[in-house]
Amino acid sequence: MNLISFKLEKRTPPPWWFRILMPIMAVIISLAISSIFLLILRKNPFTAFYYLFYGGLGTKFAFLEMLVKATPLILTGIAVSVAFLAKYWNIGAEGQLYAGALLATWVGIQNFNLSPVFYVLLVIVAGFVGGGVWSFIPAYLKAKFKVDDVVTTLLMNYIMIYFVSAILTGPWRNPVSMWPESVNIAENARLIQLVPRSRVHIGFLIAVAVVFVVYFIVKKTKLGFEIRATGSNPKAANFLGINTLKTIIIASVLSGGIAGLAGVSEVAGVHYHLIHNLSPGYGYSGIVIAMLGGLNPFGVLFAALYFSVIITGAQMMSRSVGIPPYIADVIQGITLIVMLAMLLLFEYKISIRRGK
Amino acid sequence: MEKVVEMQNIRKTFLHTIANNNINFDICKGEVVTLLGENGAGKTTLMKILYGMYSMDSGEIYVKGKKVDIKSPKDAISLGIGMVHQHFTLVKSFSVTENVILGLPPSKGIEIDLESAKKDLISLSKKYGLEVNPDAKIWQLSVGEKQRVEIIKALYRNIDVLILDEPTAVLTPQEAENLFDTLRLLIKEGKSIVFISHKLGEVMEISDRIVILRNGALTGEKNKKDTTKKELARLMVGREVLEIIEKEEIPERGEPLLVAQNLHALNDKGIEALRGISFEVRSGEILGIAGVSGNGQRELENILCGVRENTDGRIIFKGKEITGKKPKEIINLGIGRIPEDRMEEGLILDLPVFENLIVESYDKRPLSSGILINYSSVKEFAERIVKEYDVKTPSIYTTTRTLSGGNLQKVILGRVLSRNPEFIIASQPIRGLDVGAAEYIHTKLLSARANGVGVLLISEDLDEILMLSDRVLVMYEGEIMGILDRKDITIEELGLMMTGTRMGGLHESN
Repeated sequence: MNLISFKLEKRTPPPWWFRILMPIMAVIISLAISSIFLLILRKNPFTAFYYLFYGGLGTKFAFLEMLVKATPLILTGIAVSVAFLAKYWNIGAEGQLYAGALLATWVGIQNFNLSPVFYVLLVIVAGFVGGGVWSFIPAYLKAKFKVDDVVTTLLMNYIMIYFVSAILTGPWRNPVSMWPESVNIAENARLIQLVPRSRVHIGFLIAVAVVFVVYFIVKKTKLGFEIRATGSNPKAANFLGINTLKTIIIASVLSGGIAGLAGVSEVAGVHYHLIHNLSPGYGYSGIVIAMLGGLNPFGVLFAALYFSVIITGAQMMSRSVGIPPYIADVIQGITLIVMLAMLLLFEYKISIRRGK
Repeated sequence: MEKVVEMQNIRKTFLHTIANNNINFDICKGEVVTLLGENGAGKTTLMKILYGMYSMDSGEIYVKGKKVDIKSPKDAISLGIGMVHQHFTLVKSFSVTENVILGLPPSKGIEIDLESAKKDLISLSKKYGLEVNPDAKIWQLSVGEKQRVEIIKALYRNIDVLILDEPTAVLTPQEAENLFDTLRLLIKEGKSIVFISHKLGEVMEISDRIVILRNGALTGEKNKKDTTKKELARLMVGREVLEIIEKEEIPERGEPLLVAQNLHALNDKGIEALRGISFEVRSGEILGIAGVSGNGQRELENILCGVRENTDGRIIFKGKEITGKKPKEIINLGIGRIPEDRMEEGLILDLPVFENLIVESYDKRPLSSGILINYSSVKEFAERIVKEYDVKTPSIYTTTRTLSGGNLQKVILGRVLSRNPEFIIASQPIRGLDVGAAEYIHTKLLSARANGVGVLLISEDLDEILMLSDRVLVMYEGEIMGILDRKDITIEELGLMMTGTRMGGLHESN
């Protein structure tokens, strides 16, 4: 028989450079696969990708706009990776982002007579608490009653998104414009601009700071060790004296809180009021980013910047080449699939044998 | 004698390790040939190559004098080679008959003839003493029965060579005897058996010829009648193994350290697995819990380790009740735990070695202070333990999963003993370990005992129980059949108690 057979064998852990090489390969392969779709549309993929990256990086304006979009992506990516490290499958960063935005807006529209530093801090704390509380609910259900986290965190997204819509079309409707949007938050509650006449705000620096803080927590603290132990093998971690339920709850609250900060970034840094389409799916992109970044905070930072380039550049590519901007979503989706396939290769090797 | 299989210059490497280094291995007609070696010596690898599960890097295989290329188990079976693995490959929800004919072409056109298959199966099972109900579903069967199904499955395919990978590891002594009877019938018929094992007793009982592997290389080949256990042990580990560990006599036993009173508990299926277990362990004493596995030992271990709740009864440690305490509290009381399930409970395999060494004490000074783990102390600590307990690992940062079985257990042992426990629960501490590692673990447990530590040793390995224990408690179906002093024990008595005969006399008062 002339058969080729494939077999998966557990491999010894690959060297460190492979971990870095893997996401880069995933990016290249996913772009190659995406080209097929461009070819179907009878467009030159190289031209398309040129405009994609030019539109995301090529000009000062594009670059700054890319940083604006990267800010919530870094935060949701970090949020998801914290939860995933504990093997708590938080698919709910989108809802937690809105929960954070909701509470941050509520604090922001109170017009407290506070110095900007304190008011902004208060708004940030409110966003963290909002996201954290929203994430606590499914985590508690998981820890106490073993309710499936994937299902609850996902469904909680819809509850929060529609709740925000309900509030915005009801009590919070802007009385002047009558649009379903909240009134603007106080001037002294806003995140200041980093670069004049651009939308880049200090939230970007906060997001980068969160990357460092989370890296520190994961690698240097007892909590980080508990999270990694629980995520690696909850049964063993529990046997060895780690309170895995508590760890999962803390990791999920941390995760939700950070996702809530993404909501703060959008409300207090970009729009200055709450709108119902505040996020074009940053929470879901966070999942892809966390995986592409290998759940490593710095990996997540780079993955978020990459996705931000694609999202930002998609408009330019769309206009210049004449294809729908949704190709950016296609690239995201393909990247996730490729990365997941490569993670399989990371743990297993395929042995191929040919018959004679 | 006629050679059925000849394996010549077989070489197989896994990334960095040489599993088989140019090994020559023959199987003759009508013999039991044993592959003897420590864990990781390359025995299973060699047989998986013959069975078509691994591809070799180089070498040649001849079956009945003809050169063959075995690419899959299917090829192996068509050449008359069958293998029974350590972990069975049966479909749980199928019946015995369905499992036996699985993968064979239907006998009547496209229709599967279960009835005639069943008849063949019954005649096979009668002929070789492989008793099993052909209509039973696999999930209803005991481990011993599942193994019989695997053997029938191989025989049904008319194999000439049957490879058994550590078949007795999962069997009771009686079941093992039955298996040996079956094997004797098979060789009488001219079939050949390859027996993989590292238990010298049974190797001497069943083998005609013994081939010894060490670190992937062939170190010896002996006919049974020309060799002794001692010689085999030396060839296997490269030195003389002390068969009996000299045990210091402890003149007076100390205070009762751990007392269990009337423990009751359910197993995972909600069936009562412990029915009133009471015992006490004194300091400087090893209490052995003997019994065929599955008679409540696992549940007892779980309760004492804090990962299962008892439904009735109390546990008292140093005069204080500790019933229902969580793992962390139990650890901090000074109780060391060496669990049966090394891979899923004792270690977090995907974390590096050093983190497994600190996982029970990372929250204590100097390993951490405040919220921070102090990595310089951790490194120092981990390197000291690795050295002190002779853990063979490239570095303390190596992923634990890559270590061999004996070294995994040494990581656990180092972690537990470095906390200077007053009491140790050790469950199947040497299961699956090679002789050298087993001896090491035993020496450490005995020196803990000499230092006044109380030890509860749960083991299916009777040699281990008899070698280490001061007193032996025999469990059967969740009850105590008797507690005996080591010096009063006879093997016959022990065997009777393990199979459910309650001991008269001394210990019947409660």
